[in-house]
Amino acid sequence: MGLLVAQLLAGLANAAALFLVASGLSLIFGVTRIVNFAHGSLYMLGAYCGYTALQYLTGPLGFWAAALGAAVAVGLFGLLVECLILRRLYKAPELFQLVATFGVVLVVQDLTLMLWGPEDLLGPRAPGLDRAVMLFGQPVPEYDLALITVAPLVLLGLWLLMTKTRAGILIRAATQDREMVGALGINQSLLFSGVFFLGAALAGLGGALQLPKGGADLTLDLGILAPAFVVVVIGGMGSIGGAFVAAVLISVVNVFGVLYLPESTLVLMYVVMALVLLVRPHGLFGRAELQAGPPAAGVPDRPLAPLGPRWRAAALALIGLLAVLPLIGSDFALVLATDIVVLALFAASLHFMLSLGGLISFGHAALFGGGAYAAALAVTYAETPMELALLLAPLAGGWLAFAIGWFCLRLTGVYFAMLTLAFAQLLWSLAFQWTEVTGGDDGLIGIWPSEWASGGTVYYYLTLALGGGAILMLRHLAHSPFGYALRAARDSEKRARVSGIHVQRVRLAAMVVSGTMAGLAGGLFVFSKGSVFPSALEIARSFDALIMVFLGGVDALAGPLVGAAVLTLLQDWLSRLESWRLLLGLAVIAIVLVAPTGLAGLAGRLLGRREVT
Amino acid sequence: MTIRTIFTGLALGAALLTAAIAAPSHAADSVKIGDMNSYTRLPAFTVPYKMGLDLAVEHINAKGGVLGGRMIEVVSRDDLGKPDEAVKIAEEMFSRDGVVLVSGNLFSHVGLALASYAKQKKKLYLASEPLADALVWEKGNRYTFRLRPSTYMQAAMLAEEAAKTGAKRWATIAPNYAYGKEAVAAFKQVLTKLVPDVEFVAEQWPALFKIDGAAEAQALAAANPEAIYNVTFGSDLAKFAREGSLRNLFDGKTMLGLLGGEPEYLDPLKDEAPEGWIVTGYPWYAIETPEHTAFKEAYEKRYGDYPRNGSLVGYNTMLSIAAAIEKAGSTETEALVEAFKGLKLATPVGEITYRAIDHQSTMGAFVGKTAVKDGKGIMVDWTYRDGADYLPSDDEVRALRPAE
Repeated sequence: MGLLVAQLLAGLANAAALFLVASGLSLIFGVTRIVNFAHGSLYMLGAYCGYTALQYLTGPLGFWAAALGAAVAVGLFGLLVECLILRRLYKAPELFQLVATFGVVLVVQDLTLMLWGPEDLLGPRAPGLDRAVMLFGQPVPEYDLALITVAPLVLLGLWLLMTKTRAGILIRAATQDREMVGALGINQSLLFSGVFFLGAALAGLGGALQLPKGGADLTLDLGILAPAFVVVVIGGMGSIGGAFVAAVLISVVNVFGVLYLPESTLVLMYVVMALVLLVRPHGLFGRAELQAGPPAAGVPDRPLAPLGPRWRAAALALIGLLAVLPLIGSDFALVLATDIVVLALFAASLHFMLSLGGLISFGHAALFGGGAYAAALAVTYAETPMELALLLAPLAGGWLAFAIGWFCLRLTGVYFAMLTLAFAQLLWSLAFQWTEVTGGDDGLIGIWPSEWASGGTVYYYLTLALGGGAILMLRHLAHSPFGYALRAARDSEKRARVSGIHVQRVRLAAMVVSGTMAGLAGGLFVFSKGSVFPSALEIARSFDALIMVFLGGVDALAGPLVGAAVLTLLQDWLSRLESWRLLLGLAVIAIVLVAPTGLAGLAGRLLGRREVT
Repeated sequence: MTIRTIFTGLALGAALLTAAIAAPSHAADSVKIGDMNSYTRLPAFTVPYKMGLDLAVEHINAKGGVLGGRMIEVVSRDDLGKPDEAVKIAEEMFSRDGVVLVSGNLFSHVGLALASYAKQKKKLYLASEPLADALVWEKGNRYTFRLRPSTYMQAAMLAEEAAKTGAKRWATIAPNYAYGKEAVAAFKQVLTKLVPDVEFVAEQWPALFKIDGAAEAQALAAANPEAIYNVTFGSDLAKFAREGSLRNLFDGKTMLGLLGGEPEYLDPLKDEAPEGWIVTGYPWYAIETPEHTAFKEAYEKRYGDYPRNGSLVGYNTMLSIAAAIEKAGSTETEALVEAFKGLKLATPVGEITYRAIDHQSTMGAFVGKTAVKDGKGIMVDWTYRDGADYLPSDDEVRALRPAE
């Protein structure tokens, strides 16, 4: 009994920081529709700022003052990000901002490293609250009790703000229908900035308040991001009360997981998330999105058109150039080119469902990694030859896409995106913690190509043939009746239905095509690296695909290919420099600001051709 | 898709590629070594490694380099803590930079991936810091060597101490990945051999760097063990130590901590460093052999900072590489592999040997107890344990390691 109470209290205390971060994330999403990948970075900044403030402020009063100070500092930083970067992007295709926030993640990582140094900082204990009291015969730290009190207080404060003040009413109005709020003459940018400040400050407060239970280190940012997303989705996007309930639910499930299933702590959270979403697709307290209209990626101004003969000839020239690369390039150029082809296929597969189908997935890594693991598992346990494994990979990707699509396609827009993220994370945590089968963190190694294909040049040609072929097939499909049906379903679901298109079936088919191609990319990836690790399934991999698609240009079929090439080369080029993440982050932000339609769109504009195909 | 678009992308790509390929060429007669580590993922552990490595390069080059006057030149990269990235970097180092071997790394899975790469491509890999036993045993291969004492060796050192404490009811807590799993398995194996009637009453497996200190501490307390064997490290250890001491978990219990005495782990804990834990580590402040004093003073003079365990590993890595090149009299991979087998060299912690049987070096570790002095964790009552004494018999090793 005592133990259960103690575990419950520990869970409630953990919920505090999680709630603060998630409520900020939820608030920002609700009003600005920005999925803020940099929210974890704000949390990390809060921890570091709080740590520094505590070097100067002492005593119980000083501790809380430092926490508030950190919150304000982080809030101001968030404001800066909003004003300098995000504000310029509100007119860009929706969700485009997430690429910019990803750039912010990279920049903050390096800035933090420069300012605070590499060493992990252990947070000081909270003065006046540094002992434990006995409850039911179990020691319970006083600070845990303080945290258990703080979270509901913040919730109360937010509730008062939302219901009793004019600002709160505007925020709620904007959450429901921001265009209407704008039409009524409310200064939207002021409202957005205010919300961003508040959301960032909450994350900062969360970071500072967890100091006595942990500390400040450079892994905090991505570490909190996934749980925070989970909480926001379970609670319902935009719902503060939901975030609170979900944070408590997840934290309590976690501590009991530690007690009863000590090896499966990561999986639990995502299982809970998937279960909740299956029963309540919009989260516990979320509402269906009001506008069921155009998808978040936006509808291109001009529809896709097939290439003219001149362009076809030029495309052939490009293929020819790639074909003779082994003769003119160095060994390493082949390695890079192999990577680019694999990633281009991965990005193109996401682009197919995202751009043509309006189905934005945040968990595309599930299909890539699914294919990769299918091939690797087959080789490891059944000694499958490479040729067969490369057939298995796309099958596994397609099958997974079918399963995930069957569950997720009941949702649209960002809920669909979040549910795909949940499934990807579920797979990731399985790969990570089902050590006996997947090797866990250590991955599966020694997955090399068959003898005949083991040379760099032969494998490059193999990748080029399969990957290039798959990309061409995706292009072909885009211009086939199936592609037209898919685009019709995206642009006007109702009219598509009336025209006799089975919208759900077409979308599911698109996901299966996309999954097949992503699975093939995963299979090619495994044999080029000789190994597979849970990183093939992690959030960062899904982000990579999104960034390649958005960076290249959503509206152009060439977008993902350009995006893959540019990102790979940029990364390769910069990663030799000291502060490469700062530079890469700034480069990504710069590209986003200069070319909100993506590089392909920009190129099209510069070259004077207005239709982007 | 416009073709112009493709061309723009292509032109941009080509420009970047040219910039990347046209790396500055260096003096032709230098020997290039490719070294990488997780500089951004775990800087606290790897930056000192790099400093130690660089110091050794300076020392070796000041004495005239290797092979009669060829300078050593290190190509250094960040492996990001990602195995696939590490493999890509290795490919790049061999094909673009022309390195003769690669070395470094901290995480076990990164090391294992590179070992697999080395075997496939027949290139030499010296794993400096990855501890996984499999690296030299189950997945050992002709082209992979390892410097630092492995998980098994360090766990065996601690198990020997554990046997002396007389505790019978043990609990373990370890990060849920290869290193943690191996560290617990090895400890159990050796301790059970020494004290057949020990029992293990609880096993906790927090995910790496995602520990819930409070919940783990309470779960361990609920099992009521006499002694706890701890393998968590980094921020996990800090959180576990704090929540555990708040809840009086450690009172009256025998505590063991693998690697817990290394400055990288102890120093961030400051005055909250656990007291009386039996740990493996590196008491740089108290080792007074002439070799070590010379190393320490040179390091402090060069950097104005004290050496960490990583510094020592980095330093020994480069010494090993230089010694192997000298012994081989060449920079050819096959000659270097043969040179590494049975290679003996002097290091700041005494002579070490790269065993021909499993390519593991006999570099040892320091075992002692933690204490807090002047608001800082230190190791007391320590002794140096030679790695050679804590490895299984040759027959056992042969059974573990695949034949070449």
